[in-house]
Amino acid sequence: MLEIKNLHVKLEEEDKVILRGVDLKVEAGKVHAIMGPNGSGKSTLSYVLSGRDGYEVTEGSATLEDQELLEMEPEERAAAGLFLAFQYPVEIPGVGNMTFLRTALNAQRKARGEDEVSAGDFLKLVREKAASLKIDADMMKRPVNVGFSGGEKKRNEILQMALLEPKMCILDETDSGLDVDAMKLVSEGVNALRDEGRAFLVITHYQRLLDHIKPDVVHIMANGRIVQTGGPELALEVEKNGYADILAGVQ
Amino acid sequence: MALPQAKLDQLSARIAGLHFPATGWQGKARGEALERLGAMGLPGKRDEYWRYTDPTALTAPETKAVEGRGEAAFESIDAVKLVFVDGVFDAAASDDPALAGVEITRLAEVADIHWAGDLYGQLEAAGQTPVQRPLAAIGSAFATDGVLIRATAAAGRPVALVYRSESYSSDVILHHVVKLEEGAELTLLESGDAAARLLTVMEVDVAKDARFHHVRSQGRTPERLVATHIFARIAEGALFKSFTVAANGVLTRNEAVLDIVGDDAVAHVAGVAVGDGRDFLHDDTVFITHGAERCESRQVFKKVLKNGATGVFQGKILVKPGAQKTDGYQISQSLLLDGDSQFLAKPELEIYADDVKCSHGSTSGAIDDTALFYLRSRGVPEKAAQSLLVLAFLAEALAEIEDEAIAEDLRARLEGWLDRHDG
Ligand SMILES: Nc1ncnc2c1ncn2[C@@H]1O[C@H](COP(=O)(O)OP(=O)(O)OP(=O)(O)O)[C@@H](O)[C@H]1O
Ligand SMILES: [Mg+2]
Repeated sequence: MLEIKNLHVKLEEEDKVILRGVDLKVEAGKVHAIMGPNGSGKSTLSYVLSGRDGYEVTEGSATLEDQELLEMEPEERAAAGLFLAFQYPVEIPGVGNMTFLRTALNAQRKARGEDEVSAGDFLKLVREKAASLKIDADMMKRPVNVGFSGGEKKRNEILQMALLEPKMCILDETDSGLDVDAMKLVSEGVNALRDEGRAFLVITHYQRLLDHIKPDVVHIMANGRIVQTGGPELALEVEKNGYADILAGVQ
Repeated sequence: MALPQAKLDQLSARIAGLHFPATGWQGKARGEALERLGAMGLPGKRDEYWRYTDPTALTAPETKAVEGRGEAAFESIDAVKLVFVDGVFDAAASDDPALAGVEITRLAEVADIHWAGDLYGQLEAAGQTPVQRPLAAIGSAFATDGVLIRATAAAGRPVALVYRSESYSSDVILHHVVKLEEGAELTLLESGDAAARLLTVMEVDVAKDARFHHVRSQGRTPERLVATHIFARIAEGALFKSFTVAANGVLTRNEAVLDIVGDDAVAHVAGVAVGDGRDFLHDDTVFITHGAERCESRQVFKKVLKNGATGVFQGKILVKPGAQKTDGYQISQSLLLDGDSQFLAKPELEIYADDVKCSHGSTSGAIDDTALFYLRSRGVPEKAAQSLLVLAFLAEALAEIEDEAIAEDLRARLEGWLDRHDG
């Protein structure tokens, strides 16, 4: 599904190197988790994959089902099936959440040569997905993320994911800011989407989320590289002992 | 105080060839306007009130022909249409001006005894202090035509003034007078391009508990020059709302002078301007006087500028002694789509009452890159995402239009403009 090879990334404006040769392969149907110390480059990786400005790829490649991701516009990547649940979802005053969701869904469908969803069908679809995430109708009427609490913003990200049904879902610390119940709801939302044709890359600091969303593979990222890869037990080890041992082992 | 010779010569050159009827109340009112004009002379670049906008093109004796692209708005709105072609009322192209509770007369055909006799030029004259507005005096003195509208009840349909130009070489001067009697309600629409150079004055007298809505779409002819003036007197419990959308044109100066004279009145003036190109200058100049208690005023102006366009806002709230519990709000904002464009704003508050709430804010900024990326990351193409953000920026101003159908008409028009101007 997603294949990243020897990815090197620096900031466009400064001579600051952030990713120093990331290699990662996520197969369809799998859930991979990435853990790693603050500032190790996890969000940067997710931004570079989704096409945010400000980064320069100096080496390496990233493909989504054999399409060269790094050459596509952000909207093309989205239409190709990539989705990033932001660590910090963005507030957009003046743009209604419903307008936003419908515009996004129909734009993606149009890009794929599919018919637009009618207003009625769309409304039904959103209501259904919102209800399962316990997002109340009132929130849907407000501008995108404006006045949403931290946890509501994260749930809104998952709502978008559920609606857009992407193939490759990257979740950047979706668990931070969620209360215990919300974490369960969000995890159920993610688990409901798990299937053969879809893959997840879950960035997190905590084992707790991985109790609900059971990963197939766990990676540790440090200083711009994947330094260790293992099974779910790797996350448990991090939870217990922190990163010191792992990082010492690398050096 | 006599004007210096150079100013007199400049004024003579500007009004050479212009005439007005010498008799009746019109002759008197227009004569007085000419006297006011003679005492003021034309505005100059060095005048404080024209600091950001060079009036030369408006004061020059002649104006050059332009290539017209007039576009009437509000076609989806069921209104009584009054059409002016090159500044002259065209009865054949217009609807029958019969509307229950509303009396409509053409300025060029008005009788010697008429209700407008007590009003014509009066609000303009009052609006000459503390700031001089010589162009408005030209409008009162030399208007070739206009409408006189008197509403005595709630009008069932809006009245729509539609401007067309056939030659686009014309220099048109119009003067409208609108009077709403106690408890009356009227919506007045204006759209289209009247001329290569248009000068208008509209005097609006809103009596007790009356409600006046004005929505205007200024034409799209790229090289047109426009100077408009609204003078309103707003009585107790009355409501006055004026909204303008403008795109294109090399020079637009829209002045609004609102005088709130009765308690519990409401006065809103708002506008959206979309400017593209180094030649574009759009200037909103507003002066609101609070002279009564518990009144509310709002000024909401938004501009989207690119490729070197300039936006100007001069807005003043004057709260007179005794105008307690005044609620004054003023915001002027520009969205600069590139580093070449500029926004010049001069917000002013002058308050002589102690129990008032007045706020003002002025900002200019760029499209929020983070928001743009967020939208694109969800699959919204860049241009559509940008349009969404621009419309979001304009939303607060558009919300000032009360009638949803009229607002929707303008919103669709704006979307069209934004799409066409992309890239
Ligand atoms: N635009 C930027 N300007 C300056 N520094 C940046 C920029 N983007 C990222 N960095 C730096 O790159 C490094 C990696 O940041 P990134 O956000 O990818 O870390 P992270 O692994 O997601 O951390 P966290 O766990 O705290 O979310 C950090 O040192 C960060 O300060
Ligand atoms: Mg991060």
